[in-house]
Amino acid sequence: MSATPPRGVSRRAFLETGALVVGFALAPRLARGQDRLPGSLNGNRRLDAWLRVDPNGTVTIFTGKIELGQGIGTALSQIAADELDVDLKRLDVVHGDTARTPDEGQTAGSLSVEQSGTALRFACAEARGILLTAAAVKLGVPAADLSVRDGTIGASGGGRVTYWDLAGDADLGREATAKATPKPPSEHTWVGKSVRRRDIPKKFTGGAVYVQDVRLPGMVFGRVVRPPSPGAELASVDEARVRSLPGVVAVVRDGSFLAVAAAREEQAIRAREALKQSARWKETESLPPSGDALYRDLMARPAPAQTVIEKTAPAAAAAVKTLDALYTRPYQCHGSIGPSCAVAQWQDGRLTVWTHSQGVFPLRGDLAKAFGVEAKDIRCIHAEGAGCYGHNGADDVALDAALLARATGGRPVKLQWMRDDEFMWEPYGSAMVMKLSGGIDAQGNVVAWSHEVWSHPHSTRPGSSSGVNLLAARHLARPSAPVLPADVPQPAGGSDRNAIPLYDFGSVKVVKHYVAQAPLRTSALRTLGGYANVFALESFVDELAAAAGADPVEFRLRHTTDPRARAVIEAAAQHASWKPGATGDGARGRGVAFARYKNLACYCAMVADVAVDRAWGRVRVTRVVAAVDAGQIVNPDGVVNQIEGGIIQSASWTLKESVRFDRTRVTTRSWVDYPIVRFDEVPEVEVVLLNRPSERFLGVGEGAHGPAAAAIANALAHATGRRLRALPFTAERVKQALA
Amino acid sequence: MATFTLQVNGESKTVAVDSDTPLLYILRNDLELNGPKFGCGLAQCGACTVLVDGKPVRSCVATVTSVAKGRITTIEGLGTLDRLHPLQRAFIEEQACQCGYCGNGMVMSAKALLDRNPRPSDRDVKAALNGHLCRCASHNRIVRAVQRAAAEMRS
Repeated sequence: MSATPPRGVSRRAFLETGALVVGFALAPRLARGQDRLPGSLNGNRRLDAWLRVDPNGTVTIFTGKIELGQGIGTALSQIAADELDVDLKRLDVVHGDTARTPDEGQTAGSLSVEQSGTALRFACAEARGILLTAAAVKLGVPAADLSVRDGTIGASGGGRVTYWDLAGDADLGREATAKATPKPPSEHTWVGKSVRRRDIPKKFTGGAVYVQDVRLPGMVFGRVVRPPSPGAELASVDEARVRSLPGVVAVVRDGSFLAVAAAREEQAIRAREALKQSARWKETESLPPSGDALYRDLMARPAPAQTVIEKTAPAAAAAVKTLDALYTRPYQCHGSIGPSCAVAQWQDGRLTVWTHSQGVFPLRGDLAKAFGVEAKDIRCIHAEGAGCYGHNGADDVALDAALLARATGGRPVKLQWMRDDEFMWEPYGSAMVMKLSGGIDAQGNVVAWSHEVWSHPHSTRPGSSSGVNLLAARHLARPSAPVLPADVPQPAGGSDRNAIPLYDFGSVKVVKHYVAQAPLRTSALRTLGGYANVFALESFVDELAAAAGADPVEFRLRHTTDPRARAVIEAAAQHASWKPGATGDGARGRGVAFARYKNLACYCAMVADVAVDRAWGRVRVTRVVAAVDAGQIVNPDGVVNQIEGGIIQSASWTLKESVRFDRTRVTTRSWVDYPIVRFDEVPEVEVVLLNRPSERFLGVGEGAHGPAAAAIANALAHATGRRLRALPFTAERVKQALA
Repeated sequence: MATFTLQVNGESKTVAVDSDTPLLYILRNDLELNGPKFGCGLAQCGACTVLVDGKPVRSCVATVTSVAKGRITTIEGLGTLDRLHPLQRAFIEEQACQCGYCGNGMVMSAKALLDRNPRPSDRDVKAALNGHLCRCASHNRIVRAVQRAAAEMRS
């Protein structure tokens, strides 16, 4: 191995990656006149940012998208292996490291295969061409006469050379052109197969997988003491007494931020308890009312009405019947099973953080702002956490750990939140109100449709505004107030995600009231506004179908021309043996729903069966049949896993979940206060995949949640004749509706 | 602090800790076992489950004193990547997780179930695991994995 870095690569980058061929250089931003490149290749334009071929017979791919149990590392390796013609076993995947991987922003929005997969597909196809050109020179034959099998290049005349032999000659330290054509689906070996996930074996054998498993020499354990309520300020605390407790290494008090480090984890937990006991807080009533009053409060908050879309259909007939309905969704939790955790270490003014953040680069940016240092002096390295389902405490705990690690004399700190920290301080999915109205003509067709939504922010992640969007920053003596970001714009949308119907409904108007100031902190929970908007929209479609005396499946198809939307609705109905005109019997019923996530990603329709215990008000989802079109499918079992998990998670949100609070404090502290579905409540799930190998990738990670909520709501209405419009459908609400 | 000699995965391990220290922190931090996870510290979620004398125990609340005389088994003691236990193999075959954070507890409680009931119904499996929370919603895969392992262990 050469001891001098290749030209154009800094010594530091070279040493860090240890690469023979190239190091990693930050990609230039798109300059004027540059061509737009596919997927995330556009913002990270060098080939060596994406892959490295090593003389030892391996290929390392680098992705800014992180593994969070969705199987992205496996899907990306399948795409890369196919374009390169190498066995999957040769591939290593490096995820989210500010010193090593491309900057792909957040791992969010069901975009990882679309953005990172597309980039790797083109980068690997181009790299294969460069390797073939180098081989042609070496073998003295035209590149067209060469073929590749697991990294070994053979000439038709008999010469052979391997990628590993060529690693030093083939220069990937160049700008991508995206001119190499990726393989047609017929030549794929790995894409389209249910390859087993590379992350799973270690997870069931005690491997070091998670950020919680990071152990460093001299490491101490940290815990944080949060205020008892969002409006509280620290008045006094007996730090000296806690400093004298066994094992305590440091107590940090900065404004209302309070944290402790100790030699042993249980000592840190005891010291946290002691700090909590001695701390005195000034609390204020800053929270909204609960129950129905919450939604009146939300609708009364000042926010301009913004028209999202308005189109009039002059030819439409006049409505002969009109309906209105108001739907609500409470604040809901991410509820990760493992509380948020980070490991932080300061050395010579530079900070390293091991984090399960969904965006290591945006986190680094906000940490740099919080500490007033340059981004280059911070390195954020991703390690898996428990499933996060959006923006939970992952980023916040990184700042907590880094603040505490300033007081430990260079010793690394592993800080994990306790269960109540997570429930009380994770940013929630926003409470929302959806007001729907619509009209049908004499033929029972929808001729007018209106959807009005009230919501707080759905994305207050690090990097989403000029402020510091990390929790502790607002508690410091010199606080950095979070700067509230604008709503995520259409076409993806944030509060109005999926509020625009894909159906042909004549005159359509969608209006949003984006209430930026939220009394409870809110941010991205899987689907952003999509879950609640689809719940409302697809519930209301059934209400109009009922008013028109139409079958819900036929009614949807009647208003849908998109063949891919029709195909998933028809497939779900067929596989569920949908019978038009079947009536609920008071206790059992079924409902259908459809959405295309973000109106941009996968198409998903499903039929849910429910059973209602009328005496107790208990609703059980017994079976769900879903049909999905995700364009070209990379890993069928991976898609099924996402859809199946999405359906069951959404059933949990829909039947059980809401954050509890009084006017001062959040009172959701443990799983007793926040029940989620258990084994005895989980439906049987069948997922039908409509693979379209010639179509581009469409993300699936959030495709099921909205349709599942609406299908359950529609099934419940079908079973009982009563419609529930307020989430969640708790026993109390069901009994009330049936009374 | 007091000294305890624990029987963990067939080996004797001596630690010096306070007598009310929850077992979980000893397993994770002194013995560097990654299997048992901190989930809630309240015995509500099951991520920290280990076996003590074959019975599932929530190690986040079980003190070292309470388990000092028992045989402690963690998921590392069931099998390794090279020599998987049938339950570990079945969870991998069925791809029975997303994030996998709850998986340790699922496997350990399933082990206790299959030891006392080699031929459980799906209902038995669900009942045995009902005290374990899974947020990614891999429940159906987990039930299939336990049944696959049960079939392999019977044959």
